[in-house]
Amino acid sequence: MDTKSGRKRLRTRWRTQDTELTLLALPTTVWYILFCFLPMFGLVIAFKDFKIHGGFLSNVINSEWTGFKNFEFLFKSNDAWVVIRNTLGYNMIFIVLGIAIPVILALMIGQLHSGKAGKIYQTMMFLPYFLSWVVVSAIVWSFLSFDKGIVNQFLTGLGADPVNWYMEPKYWPYFLIFMNVWKGLGYGMVVYLATITGIDSTYYEAAVIDGASKWQQARFITLPLMKLVIVMMFILAVGRIFYTDFGLFFQVPRDSNSLFTVATTIDVLVYKQLKTATVGMASASAFVQSVMGCLTILLANWVVRRVDPDSAMM
Amino acid sequence: MKTGTGYETGLDKFNRIGAVTNWGFHLIFILLALLCLIPVLVVLSISLTGEESIRNDGYSLFPKAFSGEAYQYIARQGQMITRALGVSVLVTAVGTVLGVVLTTSMGYVLSRPNYKLKGLLTWIVFIPMVFNGGLVSSYYINSNMLGLKDTVWALILPLAVSSFNVIICKTFFRSTIPDALIESAEIDGAGQLRIYCSIVLPISLPVLATIGLFLCFAYWNDWFQSMLYIDNQNLYSLQALLNSLMSNVDALARNASSMGISYAELVATMPKESARMAVAIVIVVPVAIAYPFFQKYFISGLTIGAVKG
Repeated sequence: MDTKSGRKRLRTRWRTQDTELTLLALPTTVWYILFCFLPMFGLVIAFKDFKIHGGFLSNVINSEWTGFKNFEFLFKSNDAWVVIRNTLGYNMIFIVLGIAIPVILALMIGQLHSGKAGKIYQTMMFLPYFLSWVVVSAIVWSFLSFDKGIVNQFLTGLGADPVNWYMEPKYWPYFLIFMNVWKGLGYGMVVYLATITGIDSTYYEAAVIDGASKWQQARFITLPLMKLVIVMMFILAVGRIFYTDFGLFFQVPRDSNSLFTVATTIDVLVYKQLKTATVGMASASAFVQSVMGCLTILLANWVVRRVDPDSAMM
Repeated sequence: MKTGTGYETGLDKFNRIGAVTNWGFHLIFILLALLCLIPVLVVLSISLTGEESIRNDGYSLFPKAFSGEAYQYIARQGQMITRALGVSVLVTAVGTVLGVVLTTSMGYVLSRPNYKLKGLLTWIVFIPMVFNGGLVSSYYINSNMLGLKDTVWALILPLAVSSFNVIICKTFFRSTIPDALIESAEIDGAGQLRIYCSIVLPISLPVLATIGLFLCFAYWNDWFQSMLYIDNQNLYSLQALLNSLMSNVDALARNASSMGISYAELVATMPKESARMAVAIVIVVPVAIAYPFFQKYFISGLTIGAVKG
């Protein structure tokens, strides 16, 4: 970067091209203002006694300031803590499994003698990634439905009692973790496989001549060369630790009340509060999520910049 | 070591996993692939099961009585389903075109090194990646202020742009389009709009395909916008329809078992169970047919995205 010439350029006069480029960027800029920046200012309703009736703007301006009252209500209720625990807990498990399993499978699939078979497996394992959570919810229902589900048919076939799955919280952490891994497997493998494919084959040739076993090659060549991507994916995931996949936690448990304590995350809570018109609490929850999410993302980005400056966002 | 290429040298042949390990790996991957495929096949076979058989034997991968009644029902009197299909197709088509235009135009502008407002626009794109207004204020702004509630635009506009896609475009334009090409067009007197339309877009088909596919699948698979903004059943997309069918048929079943009314009475008139799964199949089939062919564009987008977050 030549700062001197850069500064000179800044001082040069405004050209026709600049006007044209501004006009070209205008529609997208307007989109950003309407759909991203207006809602940011809308966050102030967390500190107000906001009523739903009437126009939004006049309401925001006219409604009374209440300070932190909405937050007090939110954190006095037990829900907030349960939901934060769920959000952070599930995300930590998802981060570990979402890295370990695809990395191991990517290492394995590259070893198959037939590359063609590997491609076919990979394509099949990519399918869940392209299904919407509504469809996944229908799939899970066909397995777990109490009277018609495949799992209960299997259980009664074995002589065991059928289980009312959607009423039993104790199984759901496993189900949700399984569904998350299942849906993200194809995506994760793509990312890690791209890294493995990019490794220079001469490393392995040299290792073979030195008598390294397959295991040693994976342990001392492939994994160290993947380390950077793995660390990057890890940090980016940690940065999003206050956000969860709404579809997974809302659609898959089918909004069952018995599963509230194990299957509700911040995103689901905000939606439920919004729909039940407890706007004050909803906006307070959304505010907490936005601010905490922003802090963790910036922190993660700061760490990324120390690990690998080229991969940092800014 | 590379997947998909043949074994060119003897060394590669020597450096392979043993035959037993190879078959072990194959077995693991076959199981995993089936684990991903069978659930979809289960939905397919439920949609092809007779209603009677579902009532008596429950869901099954190998139904005792095959029947196309669900699809016949859809074809005969599924105005609702054809309408939902129309909404889904319309939203996907319009949204993808709009999204590609908005994303690539911004990407192009940001890729011009001498543009005066580049810094400002970069911030406008960057800030939403780390901070957002959250669901509640977005909801009120979209429905009260912008008047999107119960319009088809509520399904299209909020999803049209993502900063992630803009950055993919910018990186692509920056690295593949030589500055000299654009400068020479400028000297020849072409305006920026003209350069963007007749030079930049035609030579950027790979990135257009990648962004277009991301958007296409996102719009086709979206149900959340419908759930938030659409109350009018005439504007339901396929996903929204399936979403409401999942809870409605279910509610009926729950009442039936708790109130002791005969199950058959309630579910009498239509093949509800199988029709519901048939809607899921109508959603899944285009996706399942399309993605294997477009996978490579997806993969290129995902890997750019993963490295350049």
